[in-house]
Amino acid sequence: MRQGGNRQTEKLLLERSVPGRVGTVLPDLDVPAQPLPNRALLRDDLPLPEVSEPEVVQYFTGLSQLNFSIDTHFYPLGSCTMKYNPKINDEIAFLPGFAGIHPMQPSEQSQGALELLYKLQGFLGEITGLPEVGLSTLAGAHGELGGMLMIRAHHLANDDKDRTTVAIPDSAHGTNPASAAMAGFNVVELASDKDGNVDLEALREVAGPNLAGVMITLPSTLGLFDTNIVEVCRIVHEAGGLVYGDGANMNALLGRVKLGDLGFDVIHLNLHKTFSTPHGGGGPGAGPVCTTNQLAPYLAAPVITETGGGYQLSTPEKSIGKLSGFHGNFGVLVRAYTYIRTLGDAGILSISGNAVLNANYMMKALRGIYHLPYDRTCMHEAVFSADLQKERGSSGLEIAKRLLDYGFHAPTMYFPLIVHEALMIEPTESETKETIDLFIQALIDIDREVTENSELVNNAPHTTPVARLDEARAARQPDLRWQPEAAD
Amino acid sequence: MTATRPDTTGHFQSHYIPNTTDEQAEMLAALGIVSIDQLFIDIPDEYRNPTLELPAPLSELEIQRELGGMAAKNRPLGSGPSFLGAGSYDHFIPSIIKPLITRGEFITAYTPYQAEASQGTLQVIYEFQTLICNLYGMEVANAGMYDGATSLAEAVLMACRVAKREKVALVDTVSPAYSAVIHTYCQSQDIAVETVSPSNVVLDDETACLVLQYPNYFGNIEDMQNLIDVAHAQGALAVVSTDPTAMGMFQTPGHYGADIVTGDGQPLGIPSSFGGPFVGLFATKQEYIRQMPSRLSGRTVDKNGKTGYVLTLQTREQHIRRERATSNICTNEALYALASTIYLAAMGKQGLRQVAELCYHKAHYAAAKIGELPGYSLPIDGPFFQEFVVQCPSAPADINKKLMEQNILGGLDVSERVPNGMLLCVTEMSSRDDINALVAALSEFK
Repeated sequence: MRQGGNRQTEKLLLERSVPGRVGTVLPDLDVPAQPLPNRALLRDDLPLPEVSEPEVVQYFTGLSQLNFSIDTHFYPLGSCTMKYNPKINDEIAFLPGFAGIHPMQPSEQSQGALELLYKLQGFLGEITGLPEVGLSTLAGAHGELGGMLMIRAHHLANDDKDRTTVAIPDSAHGTNPASAAMAGFNVVELASDKDGNVDLEALREVAGPNLAGVMITLPSTLGLFDTNIVEVCRIVHEAGGLVYGDGANMNALLGRVKLGDLGFDVIHLNLHKTFSTPHGGGGPGAGPVCTTNQLAPYLAAPVITETGGGYQLSTPEKSIGKLSGFHGNFGVLVRAYTYIRTLGDAGILSISGNAVLNANYMMKALRGIYHLPYDRTCMHEAVFSADLQKERGSSGLEIAKRLLDYGFHAPTMYFPLIVHEALMIEPTESETKETIDLFIQALIDIDREVTENSELVNNAPHTTPVARLDEARAARQPDLRWQPEAAD
Repeated sequence: MTATRPDTTGHFQSHYIPNTTDEQAEMLAALGIVSIDQLFIDIPDEYRNPTLELPAPLSELEIQRELGGMAAKNRPLGSGPSFLGAGSYDHFIPSIIKPLITRGEFITAYTPYQAEASQGTLQVIYEFQTLICNLYGMEVANAGMYDGATSLAEAVLMACRVAKREKVALVDTVSPAYSAVIHTYCQSQDIAVETVSPSNVVLDDETACLVLQYPNYFGNIEDMQNLIDVAHAQGALAVVSTDPTAMGMFQTPGHYGADIVTGDGQPLGIPSSFGGPFVGLFATKQEYIRQMPSRLSGRTVDKNGKTGYVLTLQTREQHIRRERATSNICTNEALYALASTIYLAAMGKQGLRQVAELCYHKAHYAAAKIGELPGYSLPIDGPFFQEFVVQCPSAPADINKKLMEQNILGGLDVSERVPNGMLLCVTEMSSRDDINALVAALSEFK
C-alpha cells in the first residue's frame, strides 16, 4: 500500500520542519513572570522539529505500517514467545489509578498498587515453586544480573571467596554469560551432549571448589526439556554451587512442572514472553526474580510485604541493593497480573499444553523436509537446520528472508550457536491451526523454490518496504543521527 | 461464571487460545498420540503435574471490576494538587501519544533484528537518537536504556572502561536512588565509589569519572563548567544525569564538555505509572561509541540503493560478544523511546521551551510565596529549575499528612539531608490556584 504526499515516511522529522508550525498548544503562564537566571546558564537554540499535530500523527502511523507485528503477521520467532498480547491488559495498565500514581507517594495512597504487586509475587512464586519473589528488575537480562549478584552475595556471606566460576551451556542466550560477567564471575562454557542435554561429564569436571553456580535455560534454547536436569542440580549442589534458571522458555512448562521442585535456587521470568505483555519493538519488559527461602534475604530492593495494617515496600535483610530507580516496570507487572487472573489455573495449563502441541505438530509436518538435529519431542519450539537447503544453494538466512514474502515473520536464525544454519520456530498457543498449516506449507514451498529457483530465494525479500540492507556499510560508516550538513 | 470454567473433560476454552478439543484431537492424531500430557513425558514423573494453587479464570467483565477496584484504591496525581517530583515528574502528555504507541504494529512488534520487517521501529529509533543528541548537545545517543538510574550506572561502568581506571567520584547531590543503583552495579566490578561534595571536589589521577546530576537532586543548577573542568584536569570523564525537560531552556551538558550524558525519558510523554516503565537516555561523544551499551540504529541503503535502517555496531552487544559485551542489556524500553520521540515531535522547538519556562516560573513563584511564610525558609541558594527545598517549621512527614487531608500531595521528606526539609516540585500541571492552595495550607503550620 503506497502512501502519497506528506504521508510518505521518507523525510525525517527535522527535514519536515517548517519554521512557525506547532504540534501542541500550552496554557499561558498564570503567575507573574519570575526573574530569569544568569543568561549564560540558558541555551540559545533548541534544534527540535516544528511540525503540526496532523503531520505527527500521519508520520508515525505511516512508520508503524512498515513493521511486521503480532497483530498483523504470524511471528514465529523462537525463544521470544510472540503470543497474542491481550488488549484488556493495556486498558487496565492505563487506568488513572495505575498509570497516574507517583512512585514516592505515601503507601496509604497506593494500597491498590501494592496489593496487586504483593499478589503477583504470590502467583509467580506458586507457578515457579520458588516462593520468594522480587519484581524490581526491568527485563530478563536485568533479572539475570540480580540473580547472579544474589549468588555472589550468598557465597561471600559463607566466606566462600573462591567461588568465582559460573558454568553456562553452549546453547545459552548471550545475556547469560554477559550477566554473569557483570556480576563479577568468570564464565566457562558447558558442552551439550548428543541429545541436547547438558553433558554431565563436562559438568562434573567444573563442579569443584571454584564453582559458584550454573545458569540453565529450561527448556533449553534447543526447545528440549533436559532429561538430566535433576542430576544437574544435584551435581552442582553437592559441589557447593547454586543453580540459576533462565525462565525465557517458561511458556512450555506453565503448570506442568515447578522449577523449584527440580532444584533451581533462583530464576527470572520474562513477563514480556510467558505472560503476554507486549514486546513494544524491544521493550518494556519485566524480569522478576523468584527464589528459595534461603536466598530471599538477598533479593534486590524493594519487595512488597504485608502486615496487618496493609502493604508496604520493604528492603530484604541482606539485600544486594537497588537495581532500578523505583519499584520495577509497574505497567508491565499490571498487565501480567491481569493476564494471570484472566487465564486462572485452568488457562495457565492450557497455555503450555497448546504451545507444546502446536510446536510438535509443526515439527512433525516439516520433519524430513528440513533437517532436525535433535529428533525428539520438542517443547514450545523446534530447532531445525537448513543444511539440506544449503547444499542446494540457499542458507537459513535466505529461507528466513523469503518467509517475509509469504507474509510470515522470520524464525530466529543462527541461534542457538551449536546448530548449523539454525532456524528456531516457536508458534505459541495463540495461533490457529489454519495459520500453522499455512506456515508449514510456506516452508514446504520455499524448499521447492530452493531446488527450482534458488535465485528467487537468495534475493528475498522482494515485497518488504526495503530489500536486503547493506549492514557492512552501516557498521563501517556509522550514520546514527540526522544532521543538516549530511542532509544531501 | 460457568463459561470461564473447564468442561467435564477438563478442557478449558480460553478466548486467547484458538484450539478446540476437536482440533487438538486432530493434531494429536497427526502425532500418533492421544493426550497432550504425553508431550511432557520428558519431565520426571515425580515432578510432573504438580498442584497449582491459582484462582479460577475470570471473564473480561469481572477483570474490569476487580482491577478497576484495585486502581480506585490509589490516589492518581491528577485527582488534586500534587507537588512530588524527585525523579518522576508530572508533565502534560499530548493525547496523540497513547493511540500511536498502542497501534498493534508498534506495540506488538519484536526487537528489530529482521530489518526488512522492522523499518518503522528502526526509523523511530534513528529519530530518537537524533532528538536526544540535539536535546543534550551530544554527538551520539543509543536506542535507550531501562531507566534513568540504570542508565547512569551503565555510564559509570563505561567511563571506567574508557578511562581504564577503577575509581568513581559521585557528587553527593545525585539522587540517593541513583546512587544506590550505581553502588549495586559497581559492587562486583572492583570499582570504588567515593562520595564528594560539589563545593570541594578533589580528584586524583586514578579517578575514572565525576558523576553529576543536572539539575541536582535538590533541584539546583550546579556550577557545571567548573565541575566538568575539574574532572577533565585529572583525565577523568564527566558523567552527567540530566533532566530532559530542563533542556527546554538551560544550557546543554554537551556545551560544558560532558563526556557521557544520561537521563530518564519519563518527563517526555511517559506517565509516572508508580515508577515504570520509563526509558533511560544515554548519549556520548563519537570517540567513545564502541564502548557504548545498548542498541544503535544506523542509516544505510538496501541493495537497490534505497535508504533504510539497521541495528548496527552489534559486536558491542551480548548476542555477539557474550561475556565480553559492553553490557548484558537486551530488551529495554523501545515503546517508551517511541513515546518520547512522539512527545518531542509534538512539543517541538517552541513547545518544549514553553513547558520548561512554565515549570520555571511557577516553581519560582511558589518558592517565593512559601519563603515569605513565617517559619519557612529556602535553605539552599543558587539557581534552580522546577524543584526546590523548603525548610519547614515542623516535621515534613506530619505536614504531608495534614496536606493530604486537603487532598494535596506534598513534597518529598528530605529531612535526613536538610533539617525539616521538604523537596517540592512544581510543573506546568499546577495552576496558580493549586499553588496558592499549597501556600495557604502550609501557612497553617508555624
